[in-house]
Amino acid sequence: MIDVLYFAGVLERIGLPNERMTTSAATVRDPVGERRAREERYALAFADTGALRVALDQELADFDAPLAGVREVAFFPPMTGG
Amino acid sequence: MALRLQSAPFDYGAECAAFAGTVDGAGAVVTFLGLVRDDGGTLTRMDIEHYPAMTERAIGSMIDQARARWSLSGVTVIHRHGSMRPGEAIMMVATAARHRAEAFAAAEFLMDYLKSRAPFWKKEFRGDSSNWVAAQDSDETALRRW
Repeated sequence: MIDVLYFAGVLERIGLPNERMTTSAATVRDPVGERRAREERYALAFADTGALRVALDQELADFDAPLAGVREVAFFPPMTGG
Repeated sequence: MALRLQSAPFDYGAECAAFAGTVDGAGAVVTFLGLVRDDGGTLTRMDIEHYPAMTERAIGSMIDQARARWSLSGVTVIHRHGSMRPGEAIMMVATAARHRAEAFAAAEFLMDYLKSRAPFWKKEFRGDSSNWVAAQDSDETALRRW
């Protein structure tokens, strides 16, 4: 099981802060595609993955990074700290 | 070296004085304070959301990189999350080194990285409407000089 976290605008579009998923997908791109096809809110949240950031176990990664062994995936917009 | 993430306000003057008192051997202290800016006088509040488990790691790693790159006698980063009013302090960075060039460079490096690599998201509230602050292309460009 992987914990999936959403933040900021992604959280608002999907309507929940986290969920769990079971996946045998090789990369993040696959479960994103499955969800996008399944529900409108995911389609909206993941419409442009180029404008999103992903972190695997709290480290920034890209959508083609391998999911094997990952426990926590987070999706969020570009960060605006400082 | 200190990192504090908190929702409570902090006293910039007191933090600066305390920092300067702990940096033995330093000849220069540089501090930066980020405030909630109210362009046009219409902002009612700003909320800052963050990803707690990642924030500490990400900023810790930035501080480690700064220390590897410059010879620093001290670094402090304080960053708030939660709800803030215009004019309130959001965050501060303090760096100390033997000479000012290193302290300035390390502070700018940390600021540039905090801006687009620390998992914070700002939301502005104006009257009945709200919007997430968009990241700027210039934030990414700023990282290239390092």
